[in-house]
Amino acid sequence: MEYILIIISAIFVNNVVLSQFLGICPFFGVSKKISTALGMSLALVLVMGLATLVTYLIQNYVLKNTWFGAQMDITFMQTIVFILVIAALVQMVEIILKKINPTLYQALGIFLPLITTNCAVLGAALIVVQKEFSFGGGAPHMMNLGESVVYSMALAVGFGVAIILFAGMREQMELNNVPKALKGTPIALITAGLLALAFMGFQGIV
Amino acid sequence: MSKIKYLIDGIVKNNPTFVLVLGMCPTLATTTSAINGMGMGFATMAVLICSNIVISLLAPVIPNKVRIPCYIVVIAAFVTVVQFVMQAFTPSLYETLGIFIPLIVVNCVVLGRAEAFANKHNVIDSILDGVGIGLGFTIALTCIGLVRELLGNLSAFDYKFSSADGMLVFVLAPGAFIVLGYLMVLFNKLKDRKKRA
Repeated sequence: MEYILIIISAIFVNNVVLSQFLGICPFFGVSKKISTALGMSLALVLVMGLATLVTYLIQNYVLKNTWFGAQMDITFMQTIVFILVIAALVQMVEIILKKINPTLYQALGIFLPLITTNCAVLGAALIVVQKEFSFGGGAPHMMNLGESVVYSMALAVGFGVAIILFAGMREQMELNNVPKALKGTPIALITAGLLALAFMGFQGIV
Repeated sequence: MSKIKYLIDGIVKNNPTFVLVLGMCPTLATTTSAINGMGMGFATMAVLICSNIVISLLAPVIPNKVRIPCYIVVIAAFVTVVQFVMQAFTPSLYETLGIFIPLIVVNCVVLGRAEAFANKHNVIDSILDGVGIGLGFTIALTCIGLVRELLGNLSAFDYKFSSADGMLVFVLAPGAFIVLGYLMVLFNKLKDRKKRA
């Protein structure tokens, strides 16, 4: 039950793009066509799940561990360690995917390198180890490994939902006659604002 | 003269927010008030100037193939420094900006300037570029924050004009997109008029 609440809350209520403002750059960058938007979000689900799994373990068993009997708290290295791990991980996923599933690699290939600088990945990894969460009226607590991974994969699905909806709208907008000063990014931003307004309706579900 | 140009370019012609449209996440997320926007702008500027200096010095030594990871390590180190400074001296701002301070690491403005400018120019030029782009970013964030605060809370820089309620939606998520959209329209319009005149 709690997992269902986590998933619904991450996809709709705390949507990564439209209410937490993470991953805005790819949201505007690759939302011109539905097919590319789909590829990007599939790659993101894979990478965010893996990245959170690895960074969660590093946070709890390396940075916060007792070494040789002495309590060593090196969590101040969090930012540096996490970004390096994510960058290495993305590179590794790319190499492995190329070897075992070339068709999937062809489909996701160009999006993988872009993901390193997607702040949703680092953002989710940092949020799950820093914040306490409560779902369905339970007491706030730090999420365990399973919950963390499910949460960040659900965030990535939320990114997918938002970007695919948005890509659909932008495809239609191509045909419209937009005033000159509004062309391009400004109209896209305003459309995203309206979409965010619609997503605010989900607030209070969980 | 050309040195001054690097400064001015960052603020107007290459404005990171309105023209280059880089670093959108902090731009939208932290501009709930003018002060928050300004705080985020200055934090990013500090990181940008420091990383520009170090990267312009290290550029000849860094092998071309691994340059991006190297830049990221340099940037992440400075972000950690800024994070601690803010935690010590501006704790309330640190609380408000929260996760977006460590996320300066993946702000495309910082990495973008390292890749596009600092690794090809000398230290002095890189500092000027950092100051220019940093100021451009800070000004843009302060503007967005000011508009959102005015409309949403009827206040400016935490000074409240009236006890009435503002339009709350501008402080919430959708307002960020809409305000930035219309400010960009205004910026385009002004630039267009200047070009024609």
